[in-house]
Amino acid sequence: MAQSNTPHGDTQQHPIRLYLVVWAWLFILSACSYMVDYFGLVGYLRWSLILLFMALKAGLIVAVFMHMAWERLALAYAILLPPAALMVFVAIMVFEAHYTLFNRLAFFATG
Amino acid sequence: MNELSPTALRPEGTHLTGWSSVEADWSADQRAFRTASWGKAMMWIFLLSDTFIFGTFLISYMTVRMSTVVPWPNPSEVFALEIGGHHLPLILIAIMTFVLISSSGTMAMAVNFGYRRDRRKTAILMLLTALLGATFVGMQAFEWSKLIAEGVRPWGNPWGAEQFGSSFFMITGFHGTHVTIGVIFLLIIARKVWRGDFDQARRGFFTSRKGRYEIVEITGLYWHFVDLVWVFIFALFYLW
Repeated sequence: MAQSNTPHGDTQQHPIRLYLVVWAWLFILSACSYMVDYFGLVGYLRWSLILLFMALKAGLIVAVFMHMAWERLALAYAILLPPAALMVFVAIMVFEAHYTLFNRLAFFATG
Repeated sequence: MNELSPTALRPEGTHLTGWSSVEADWSADQRAFRTASWGKAMMWIFLLSDTFIFGTFLISYMTVRMSTVVPWPNPSEVFALEIGGHHLPLILIAIMTFVLISSSGTMAMAVNFGYRRDRRKTAILMLLTALLGATFVGMQAFEWSKLIAEGVRPWGNPWGAEQFGSSFFMITGFHGTHVTIGVIFLLIIARKVWRGDFDQARRGFFTSRKGRYEIVEITGLYWHFVDLVWVFIFALFYLW
């Protein structure tokens, strides 16, 4: 994450080769996630592979295509840390969904 | 009292790294984003807000899927197609994914050629990006028509939990709208590049400001974000 560039108004100049390599990796990772479904993997193996390929693809897009790896950390943290709040939201809604499901089964189940 | 000596005004802490650099930038009593122009910083902040919008959509999808007592329709089967007598699960979605990733690749290269002042290549790559984006939207329209013909509605579907339809139309519809806006945005900027607006310092019709090639990178940020959102939709909605 070292900062190498230039003052404001500068350019993000990187070799085309870098973009082609990332592009190839995105293709490979997408093919891998499609294979997870094609071969019908299930259970923890499926979820962990899906999430792994998802995280790798997202990381490559943000870091290289969107140039976040070359921005100053002041910007990177300002943009990348707030979405962590969504993880808290996910945790809250997991509790909420379990509670709703429990109530549906306890009071509305037919048969 | 000579507190505003030139040394005091010079940005400090440019040599710092890690957390110290963040602290120095934010407490500098100057612009916090030292190397990002306002245009780029504002696009990033907009994308952050958009992250929360899509995040909330995906979280509500998670909530309804976890709390329903009716089985969730199997996306692998719902989005399967028969091609040449072969039954291929999720094939259309896989093709859409590759199309969108390719458009991100051409966009990244357009940004690169923009900064090299290569008008022709920049415009062609941006038009190619727009074309791939339009292809994506076209395939999405096909997918929607197919599902609607099979009886999927926001309030029900033939295979299971009713919330499937509302989640599907809401999430993919909002994403498709983003792609469509991106295509329009790309076409407008590609026209400006082609005409040489940024070489001749021509003034824009709306703000009457002179543009710079940086707008190609800012357009690219939006476009890559659309691809980024699709990565999450593909994993969490289609593959889960």
